[in-house]
Amino acid sequence: MKKIKNDGSYYLNPYLGGVILGTFLFLAFYISGRGLGASGAVKNSVAATVNVIAPGHVANSAYYSQFAGGDKQPMSNWLVFEVLGVLAGAFFSGIIFNRLKFKVEHSPKITSRRRLVFALAGGLIFGFGSQLARGCTSGAALSGMAVLSFGGYITMIAIFGTAFVAAWIFRKNWI
Amino acid sequence: MIGSIISSGMVSPAWDNLFAVILGMGFGFALEASGFSSSRKIIGTFFGYDFVVVKVFFTAAIVASLGLLYFSYLGLVDFSTLYIQPTFLTSAIVGGIIMGIGFAMGGFCPGTSLCATAVGRIDGLVFFGGMFIGVFLFSESFPIFENMYYSGSQGAKMINTVFGISPELFTFFLVLAAIGMFVGAGRIQKNIKKIEY
Repeated sequence: MKKIKNDGSYYLNPYLGGVILGTFLFLAFYISGRGLGASGAVKNSVAATVNVIAPGHVANSAYYSQFAGGDKQPMSNWLVFEVLGVLAGAFFSGIIFNRLKFKVEHSPKITSRRRLVFALAGGLIFGFGSQLARGCTSGAALSGMAVLSFGGYITMIAIFGTAFVAAWIFRKNWI
Repeated sequence: MIGSIISSGMVSPAWDNLFAVILGMGFGFALEASGFSSSRKIIGTFFGYDFVVVKVFFTAAIVASLGLLYFSYLGLVDFSTLYIQPTFLTSAIVGGIIMGIGFAMGGFCPGTSLCATAVGRIDGLVFFGGMFIGVFLFSESFPIFENMYYSGSQGAKMINTVFGISPELFTFFLVLAAIGMFVGAGRIQKNIKKIEY
């Protein structure tokens, strides 16, 4: 069931992990009528922050005004609470499976600095794409697939199909 | 109780945010415990040395789909109360391609970068920070992308209707395809040089 790594940490069997993940995804739809996400909370945080600094700009923006401004409460939102839960759940898992440690994980062939530059650029690009596609790997692809959304499947294929090609281009960072 | 429970009115909507925290905890736990806090483990799928992403992702999609279809068959879930990701073909494809590039560069997706942050991975935190910049840039340049954002709209279209089959039959084929992938992944992994990470 558990695979012990040389640093003393454990991983769940991936199929068991998938069943647990799928069960919570099912429960999210059964209880709250929606799937699990991650990028939505970032979107709401950005909209809320801009709304504090420049409320007029938010009111005039066709994008921000969907999420913030007026009597909208972007930080008192299901997605934001869910993401706080994700942090807590992952932290508990880190305690249980002995993985809590501050470090920059990278291939021995590259420096920490290079890894962090690519992580920042990757996050920026991923964040941008997640807004265009109305959700990320969780909210659009996985949650979409759970309810057989055509768009969810298309997004999943586009993400993984591109990543297979792009990973080869950036292979020196990984292998 | 007929799901979704919140829309049925049996539970006050005020409870929804508490459910959100609990459901998120399960989500984060499952991701981290499966190894999704490690970018090198995640990226293994693309080089064939670790297929954990394929195994966890498709197992989860199948479990949730089967659960919802089964509850719907029993009359315990009303699909019309569920949020079905709407299909905007152009933005789904272009957005997906952009995310794929970010994925290969950064080694995370948004949810997994959060899990990595929670267990102290600095690269996860930096990826998560980068997302804020990306979301901000998209929001500010929205007028440029507005046409693309709304083009190819097909509403809450379900994939089984594309093939003209029932949801149950589509899910059956999905399970077969996933089992095929799991077997194939196992074979490929055996023939690929192990990578320590």
